[in-house]
Amino acid sequence: MTAAHLRKPPGTDSTIPAPEEEGTVPRRRQEIMKWNGWGYSDSRFFLNEKDQVKFTGRRYSLSGAIIPGLKGWMESTFGADILHKISPAPALNSSAVQSPILYEAFLVELKSTGIPFSYDAEDRVFRAHGHCLHEIFALREGKIGRVPDIVVWPDCHNNVVKIVELACKHDVCLIPYGGGTNVSRALECPPEETRSIVSLDTSQMNRILWIDEKNLTARVEAGIIGQDLERLLDQRGFCVGHEPDSLEFSSLGGWVATRSSGMKKNIYGNIEDLVVHMKMVTPQGIIEKGFQGPRMSTGPDIHHFIMGSEGTLGVITEVTMKIRPKPEFKKYGSVVFPNFEMGVACLREIARQRCAPASIRLMDNEQFKLGYAMKPQASSVFTSFLNGLKQFYITKFKGFDPTRLCVATLLLEGNREKVLQHERQIYGIAAKFGGLAAGEENGQRGYMLTFFIAYLRDLAMDYYVIAESFETSVPWDRVLDICRNVKACIVQKCKEKGVKFPPFASCRVAQTYDTGACVYFYFGFNYRGLSSPVQVYEQVEHAAREEILANGGSLSHHHGVGKIRKEWMRETVSDVGMGMLKSVKDYVDPNNIFGSRNLL
Amino acid sequence: METGSTVEKVRDEACGILEEMSQNLQLGFIRLMGCTLNKVFKRLFRSIFVNTEGLNRLQQAVQENPVILMPNHRSYIDFLVISYALFIYDIPIPVIAAGIPLAGMKIVGEILRRSGAFFIRRAIGSDKLYWAVLSEYVHTIVRTGYAPVEFYVEGLRSRTLKSLPPKLGMMHMVLEPFFKGEVFDITLVPISISYDRVLEESLLVHELLGVPKPKESTSGLLKASRVLQEDYGTMHVNFGSPLSVRELCEGKINLRQYNLIPRDLPQKPSAEAQACVSWLAHLMVRTQEEGSLISPWSLMACLLLQAPAPVLTEEGLPWHHLTEKTLWLRKLALDFGAHLNWPGQMSDSDVMSSAVALHRSSVHLKGGRVCLIREGEPDKKRPLTPEEGVIRTAAAVLMLASYRNQSIHTFVRPAVLAMALHVTKSTQEEELFSFFCFLQEVFSYEFIFIPSRSSQDFEEACSRLKKCGAVHLSEQEVTASEQGQEVLSFLRELLKPFIDSYQLMFRCLCEERVDMFSEKQFQSALQSAAIKLILSGELHTYEVLSAAMQKNFLSMLRRLEAVTESRVSDHSEYKVNTAVVRKTKDILSGKIPPERRHATPDARL
Repeated sequence: MTAAHLRKPPGTDSTIPAPEEEGTVPRRRQEIMKWNGWGYSDSRFFLNEKDQVKFTGRRYSLSGAIIPGLKGWMESTFGADILHKISPAPALNSSAVQSPILYEAFLVELKSTGIPFSYDAEDRVFRAHGHCLHEIFALREGKIGRVPDIVVWPDCHNNVVKIVELACKHDVCLIPYGGGTNVSRALECPPEETRSIVSLDTSQMNRILWIDEKNLTARVEAGIIGQDLERLLDQRGFCVGHEPDSLEFSSLGGWVATRSSGMKKNIYGNIEDLVVHMKMVTPQGIIEKGFQGPRMSTGPDIHHFIMGSEGTLGVITEVTMKIRPKPEFKKYGSVVFPNFEMGVACLREIARQRCAPASIRLMDNEQFKLGYAMKPQASSVFTSFLNGLKQFYITKFKGFDPTRLCVATLLLEGNREKVLQHERQIYGIAAKFGGLAAGEENGQRGYMLTFFIAYLRDLAMDYYVIAESFETSVPWDRVLDICRNVKACIVQKCKEKGVKFPPFASCRVAQTYDTGACVYFYFGFNYRGLSSPVQVYEQVEHAAREEILANGGSLSHHHGVGKIRKEWMRETVSDVGMGMLKSVKDYVDPNNIFGSRNLL
Repeated sequence: METGSTVEKVRDEACGILEEMSQNLQLGFIRLMGCTLNKVFKRLFRSIFVNTEGLNRLQQAVQENPVILMPNHRSYIDFLVISYALFIYDIPIPVIAAGIPLAGMKIVGEILRRSGAFFIRRAIGSDKLYWAVLSEYVHTIVRTGYAPVEFYVEGLRSRTLKSLPPKLGMMHMVLEPFFKGEVFDITLVPISISYDRVLEESLLVHELLGVPKPKESTSGLLKASRVLQEDYGTMHVNFGSPLSVRELCEGKINLRQYNLIPRDLPQKPSAEAQACVSWLAHLMVRTQEEGSLISPWSLMACLLLQAPAPVLTEEGLPWHHLTEKTLWLRKLALDFGAHLNWPGQMSDSDVMSSAVALHRSSVHLKGGRVCLIREGEPDKKRPLTPEEGVIRTAAAVLMLASYRNQSIHTFVRPAVLAMALHVTKSTQEEELFSFFCFLQEVFSYEFIFIPSRSSQDFEEACSRLKKCGAVHLSEQEVTASEQGQEVLSFLRELLKPFIDSYQLMFRCLCEERVDMFSEKQFQSALQSAAIKLILSGELHTYEVLSAAMQKNFLSMLRRLEAVTESRVSDHSEYKVNTAVVRKTKDILSGKIPPERRHATPDARL
C-alpha cells in the first residue's frame, strides 16, 4: 500500500537502511513541510500554463503527472472558476505571532537537561494547529491565534520524564505533539490558558527499540510516524499493517491517543487490537502494565484509559506492537454497482459472511466521479481506447446510470492462491447484488484518492472552495438512512445559510464490522459571495453532526473528540461515564498540566 | 410467541389483517370515478372552489418528500373531493385511511379500496399484532413515498361541525419514519374544506340528540340519494402551505431516543414523543381552522342563537336587525383575522338573503322577520308532550349551533378572555390569565387549544380585543373599554351556552346520590333535569342536550381526574371525586379563584 503511492524520501537509498535515529521528520518541520497547507512543501497541485492541473514533486506516483479531468470536475462540482483565485499569504509573518510567555526558572532548569527546545515563531506556529478547515483557512489568511510558547524535542522516554517533572514543578501547561494531522482542534491552545504552554514534540522519539521475532512484537518509540515504522520493519521482513489515511505523517503515539483505525483493520485490527504494552508519563508518574500476556482478566484494562486520552493525561512514550510477516501478495480490485443501495447491501452481506478482504470501501456516485477525475493522463492511445470501451460496456451495455452507479474498492493481502480464491468469492457475492468487477486500476485509484484529498483541498481553497471530511460509525440497518439524511441535511443547511453554489456532499462506507460500518463524509462548497465562510462552514458541519447523532451514528469512529465534538460527549457516554473519565483525570493530573482541554 | 400460537398461525393472521386493510389503487378506476364524481358534484354544488396556488405548492412538495394530506372532516364526501381535485390537477392520488365499517359496504367498499382507501379497525386497543401490521403498512407507504397518505387527524366526522381534538395514534404512525430517520423529512399539508351547507346536516342533529347513527350500508346510501335533489351551495377546498415536520419538530423531540432499540420493534412512544405528536396534531387542526372559509350563514347563526329560543321559534327576529348585526359581526370577524366567503359581486343584503334561502330548511323569512323552523308539524290528534316539544326545538337549535360552530374558532380566544373579565371582575393580567387557562382546560374538548400555548393564546386574545377597541392594555392590566361593551357582550353570549351547560352538568353530578354511574345513566338523568329546567324557564340553552357536549364534559372530567373510570363488562362506570367536581364548578362560577398561573411561554413546546 505504502509502496504503491509513496516513494522513498529523496536522498534515502533504498538498499541501505536509514540510520535509526534519523526519521523522515526533522525538528524543523518547515524544512520539508508546508506551514499553511497539507504535506510536503514540494508536493502540490497547481494549474499549469495550459490550464491543466498538475501535481509537482517526485515523492508520489502522481508526481509530475497531468490530471486532465480535475479542472472540469472542480468547475462542474463546485462552480469553481479559474478567474476567481485567492492566493494564501506567502510566508509566515513572525510579527503576527504573540511573544512567548516564558518562565525564567523553568527555562533555566530545562536548559540544564540538555533537551533541545525553541521559542522561534515558526516552530511554535507549526505546533498550534491540526488540519481542521478553520485552522488552515486562518493560516492562509496569515491569522495566528494563541500558539505554544516553547517547543521541546525529547528524544527518549527519560527526557519526557524530566520534562513532565519540570512542568509539574513550575506549573507549565504541556501539549503533546505527534504528527499534527488531527481534525478535531486537539492541538488548539485553549484561549483561557494563561500559563506558559509547552508543546512536547515527540517526532525525535522515532526508533524501533527491539523486535521480538519469537512473539512477533516490536518495541517502538511513540513518536515514530507511520511511513517510517513500516519502512523500518519492512527492512526486517515485517509489517504492522496499521494504515490510517494519514500514515505518511501521523505518529504511533497519536494513533494511540486518538484510538485510530487503519484501512486494513480486517486483517491487522484497529489500534486497540495492535497494542500489547505501552508506557505513558503522567504527572503522577509512569503508568504501564507489568506483563505482556496476549489477554488479561485483571479488572478494567488500563490501556483503555490511555487509548483515546487525547493528550489529557500524559505522554505516551513507548509502545510494544504486534507485528506480522510481510504479506506475500497484494491485489487491488473494484466492483461497480448500479446504485449505492445495492452496494451497501453487498457490503452488508460480505460482513455477514465475515469474508471482508483487508480493505473494502464503497464510494458513492459523487466520490466515484471524483476518483474518475483524478485519473492521470492516459499514457497511450490504446489505454484511452480501452477506457472508453469499459465505460461503454458499463453504461450502455449493462445499462448502469452514470449518475447513480457507485464503486467498491478492494484490497486483498496474503498468500497468492488464497488471495485469488478470496477475490473470486467476493466477486461472486457482488454479482448477486448486480456488481460488476471493474478492474485493479480503479481500485488502486480509489485508495490513492485518500492520500491526495488533503492536497486537493489546498488547490480548491485557491479557488474559493472550502472542504473537509468527517466520519461516524453506525449499525448496518441505519447505513443507507444516515448517508441520505446527512447529505440532504448538508444541502438544506447550505441553502439556508445562503451558500450560492450547490455543495459537494459525498460519502463512502469505509469500514465494515459485524454489526455496522464506518461511514466517511466529504463536504465542501464554493464560498464566493459569503462574508463569513468559515462560520457558515462550521454551522453546517455542526448540523451534520447533529443529524448523524439523530440517525444513530456515533460521535466519532476514529477522528476522536478533541474540542470540536466535546459538546456531545455527555450524551455519548452518560453522566456517570463523564464522572468516571473526570475522576481519572483528577487523579492522574490534578493540576491540569496536560491542559489541552480535549475530550472532557 | 406471547399468545402461544405458532409462527404460521400468526403469519396467517397477519396476512388476513393485511388483506382486510390494504388499498388497491387503480388508475383506470380512478378515471371512471373522476367522470362520475364530475356529474355528482355538478348536481350537488353550485361550485367547488380549490386554491390553485395551494395545489401548485403541493405539486412541488410531492416531488421532494413524503406528503401527508390532513383534511378536516365534516362530510362523507370530503375525501372524494380531495382525490378528485388531485386527479384533475395531475397530482398522485392519495392513499386514504378510512374506518373499517366503510369496507363492509357492498360494492362501495371495493370502490373505495380501488380509489386508494385502506381500512382501519376502530378501537385497536391492545391487539398487538394488528397494531404492528398497521404501523408497518403505514410506514412502508410513507417511506417509499409513492403516494401521499391522507387521514383525518380529528379521527371522525365532526357531528357538531366544530373541530375535534386530534387523535394521536395515526398521527404518530405517519411521523415515525421521520422520528426514526427512515426519511429525511415529511411534509404535512393541512386542508380546510368549508361547506355552505353540509349534506348530512339533519342526520347530524339526530345523532346529537341520541338517535343512533345508521350503520353504513349501500342501501342506506341509495336512500340518501334524495340529497342529490337539493342545493348545497358552494364548497371551498383550501390546500394549506406544506409544513416541514423536520422544521416543526426542531428542538421539540430528541431523535436519539430511537437509537438503542431496533427500529422495527413496535415501541410505546415516550412522553416526549407523545407531547410532540400531540402538539403537532393540535397545530394541524388549528391550521385547518385558520384556513377555512367562514360563510355569511355561520355569522348569522352566531347572532340568531343569542336570541331566546321562544322568540326565535314564535315571533322571530326582525330581519333588518339581523342584517345590521351580521354586517357588524363581519367586520369583527375580519378584525380577528378570519377568512370570509362573502361574495363581493352581490349586494350585502342579497348575500344574506341567499344564505337564508339556502338554509330554508332551518329558517324562513316572512313579513320582515326570521323564524326558526322546527321539523315535522305536530299531529293534531296526538299533540306533542311538552318534553317532545323541547326535543323538537332542540333539534332546530342544535342545527343552528352547528353552523355557528363553523366560525366559533375565530372568536373563541377573545371570548374566553371576555368571559374571564366578566367572571373575575378583575383587570389584573395575572388573575385574568389564570382564569383564561382554567377555561381553556375546562373546554379543552370543546375548542382546540394548542397544548402549552396558553400564553400566546392569551396575548392573541388581548391584542385582538385591543384591535377592535374592546379593551385597553397597560402594564399588567386589561380593562374593558366603554365602547367595547357590544363586542364583549357578544363574545360572552357566544360562550354562554357552553358555560350554562357545563354548570348544569356539574350540578347534576353534585346532586347525584349514587356512587357509580354509567355514561347512559348520566345522560338520561341530565336530559330529564335539563328538560325540566327549560320548561320552567330557568335554563336558556338547549345545547346541553347534545350528546357531543355530554361526551366532552365527561372527557374533561376524566382529564381533570374529577371522575375515575372503570370498565364494567362492556361499558365504563364512573366514580365521582366530589371535591374536585365542586371545586371546578365553583371556580367556573367565580366563587373561588383558580390556581395562579404565570404567563411564561413554555420554552420547549
